[in-house]
Amino acid sequence: MSRTIPGTTLFDGEQAAKGYALNKLCFSLNDAANRAAFAADEPAYCERFGLNPAQKAAVAARDVLALIAAGGNIYYLAKMAGVWGLNVQDVGAQQTGMSVEAFKAKLQEQAA
Amino acid sequence: MAKILGGIGTSHVPAIGRAIARGEQQTPYWAPFFGGYPPAQRWLAKTRPDVAVVFYNDHGLNFFLDKMPTFAIGAAAEYRNADEGWGLSVAPPVAGDPELSWAIVEGVVARDFDPTTCQEMLIDHAVTVPLQLLWPDHAAPPVRIVPIAINTVQHPLPSARRCFALGQAVGAAIEAFPRDLDVVVIGTGGLSHQLDGERAGFLNAAFDRECLEKIVDEPEALTRYTNDELVELAGTQGIELLMWLAMRGALRKPVRTHQHYHAPVSNTGGALLVMDETPGAAALAA
Repeated sequence: MSRTIPGTTLFDGEQAAKGYALNKLCFSLNDAANRAAFAADEPAYCERFGLNPAQKAAVAARDVLALIAAGGNIYYLAKMAGVWGLNVQDVGAQQTGMSVEAFKAKLQEQAA
Repeated sequence: MAKILGGIGTSHVPAIGRAIARGEQQTPYWAPFFGGYPPAQRWLAKTRPDVAVVFYNDHGLNFFLDKMPTFAIGAAAEYRNADEGWGLSVAPPVAGDPELSWAIVEGVVARDFDPTTCQEMLIDHAVTVPLQLLWPDHAAPPVRIVPIAINTVQHPLPSARRCFALGQAVGAAIEAFPRDLDVVVIGTGGLSHQLDGERAGFLNAAFDRECLEKIVDEPEALTRYTNDELVELAGTQGIELLMWLAMRGALRKPVRTHQHYHAPVSNTGGALLVMDETPGAAALAA
């Protein structure tokens, strides 16, 4: 059993089972044609991969914390974020409720 | 007989690959990071390894959750990179060394490891970015590679102790290989970073420096950490330290030749370490 680390969801078997369809959708985005299809009609693409209502809502809201809660793994979610034009600083800022500038400043502070 | 020249640990952040593609190495943001690499490049130009054995973690290019091996060893004549979905340009193919791959497979299985073997294996940025960093003047690196993937996607992950032991088994298999080959062992990833959750942006420069300090002469101090402890200290993706520990396991008594640390690189503690095991390295350092 994992210890609890605040603000951290370890991607274990339970998460992997819960998030299988969502992560499979993200994995498909390695393919440029699939990225175009997703971008063209996100709800239809989610339907095709059998996402559950919580996963569909999280995709529609582009809510990374909700995507993680719904079983998403960040390595796969990053591919979806890429389609949305978000990089890892954007994603970090969104999850921490900070502006991107404040998030970058936080990275700098910890590096000192 | 094959011999191990030394080991290299390096970060593999995708943003490094983008910076290389855009020629941004000298920009104010990137110069302090790339400036650390010339000594490693010179060491490789001097020692001229034939093969690089690369411990890395796949980020959803070759492996998906349908089949997720804990340890996977490449046994292909050629390894291709492919579109990872986040805008990195596709790197050229890299030659493999199937004969050495199978000798490593034989060697580690004889030491009670149970790897997946891969005659087709797409290598992602965790292999291609370090190759570009270490051999920047070559479109494809002037070495053959044996990629060894360690699962860091889906917990439970192998322990630090187990990854170090895998490295020891790989090192023994290389040294028992009858062909004359000079081998460098590379571990890619880290150091501290966390991309996911409310704790995103966590970075621990003090722990990174502790890892760089201890991994050369007292790696056992690091292999005693549980993975939960490593996630707490280094972040969920900082667990990539496991690649460094596998690499270090393949070495015996290396000498620290070069070290560089710069943070943040994207969201990450950017680190480079070169450890030399060539005869005379210890005398030179003394």
